[in-house]
Amino acid sequence: MDPVLLKEGIYWVGAVDWDMRYFHGPVLGTHRGTTYNSYLIVDEKITLVDTVYTPFAGEMLERIRKIVDPSRIDYIVINHVEVDHSGALPEVMKLAPQAKIFCSAKGKAGLLKHYYGDWDYQVVETGTTLSLGKRSLSFIEAPMLHWPDSMFTYLPEEALLMPNDAFGQHLASAFRFDDQVDNRIIMEEAARYYANILYPLSRLVLKKLEEVKAMNIPIAMIAPSHGVIWRQNPGQIIEAYQRWASGEWFPKAVVVYDTMWGSTAAMARAIVEGIVSEDVDTRLFKISVRDINSIITELLEARLLVVGSPTINRGYLSVLSPFLDDLAGLKPVNRLGAAFGSYGWSKGAVKAIEAKLEAAGLTLAGEGLEILWVPDSGELESCREWGRALARKVKAEL
Amino acid sequence: MEKWECEVCGYIYDPAEGDSSAGIKPGTPFEELPDDWVCPDCGVGKEEFTKLD
Repeated sequence: MDPVLLKEGIYWVGAVDWDMRYFHGPVLGTHRGTTYNSYLIVDEKITLVDTVYTPFAGEMLERIRKIVDPSRIDYIVINHVEVDHSGALPEVMKLAPQAKIFCSAKGKAGLLKHYYGDWDYQVVETGTTLSLGKRSLSFIEAPMLHWPDSMFTYLPEEALLMPNDAFGQHLASAFRFDDQVDNRIIMEEAARYYANILYPLSRLVLKKLEEVKAMNIPIAMIAPSHGVIWRQNPGQIIEAYQRWASGEWFPKAVVVYDTMWGSTAAMARAIVEGIVSEDVDTRLFKISVRDINSIITELLEARLLVVGSPTINRGYLSVLSPFLDDLAGLKPVNRLGAAFGSYGWSKGAVKAIEAKLEAAGLTLAGEGLEILWVPDSGELESCREWGRALARKVKAEL
Repeated sequence: MEKWECEVCGYIYDPAEGDSSAGIKPGTPFEELPDDWVCPDCGVGKEEFTKLD
């Protein structure tokens, strides 16, 4: 794939990773692959903004060679230290040891502790500007969006924002721009990205959106470090972030469960019938056969999370633990929760799930529902009624 | 003097220790930290901190 022109003299020189299926170690399923976007600006100073994941260094350098000799790179901006963006830096520095590296103070500390390179670092802050010749860059620090070192780079002459991971999507595609890829897929992946990475930082996202708005800078194009570049409609992803970060929701429920001998499964199906009979859209997930990241993504726009497990060893099935742990870390904004399950002699699953839901910041929407051994038809009706009551709570808030 | 915790990363500001990375002397209460002081671990502002009981 050749370099792709964004604007005159500004090129995408990154890499498409069609094979990436697990990100951040094994915890983030990237079922559509990803891209590592780095950008080359050819001006009086040849500038590279971000690099790519380490195994793709050669591919990026090949792309750069089609434009300029990489040894001529003067400036390298590292918006974010994480290896999927800085991993190719040592290879670039071998070819262009004279290059100055522009990054935040935390970025410098992080790069030193990753690569131990004796390189020429220039620490920048919000408001620092850097002339490249005809054009310039300015920087906006964005601590904890999503690492302490994170920052955005802005090119005012083209109203081009390069915000690294913000507004990104794990999406491998043949084309680089938002108008060339199915919009529904782009937004699905942007939502998955937000829910599984940025969710717990939503308050900071809102503040950063406000800060950037107050700067009153035009944004004609957003070139993130993963996925497609927003050139047709950059407002779409900014509006979506505003919505997700503020915890807006649709009348929708997510039911997550697992089962030993089918009783909790029967309860789950009856509960879903009840919720749906109140016209509240619902997704049912049996956790042992489903992907946690997809469930979290559904929660991004659902009001209600219902979790079910039979009692075992006075607690819930351990297969639910990774999901409940993830939830506790991601802290979904402004969500209701409820728990249910079957039991034989002692209870315990429902209480333990409720404690986890509350620890994750959810508000319990009602009493948990517990049924002894195998539910009979009357008890299944009480499951439906329990679901209906939860759904009415959701609808009452509309 | 009360300790304050960064809600984003868990860093605890202890007035008895101050914050040498930002030139904050031991004995400085949280309230007297400059407005532009940020969490030394993750970089977020004072408003992300809550007082510990």
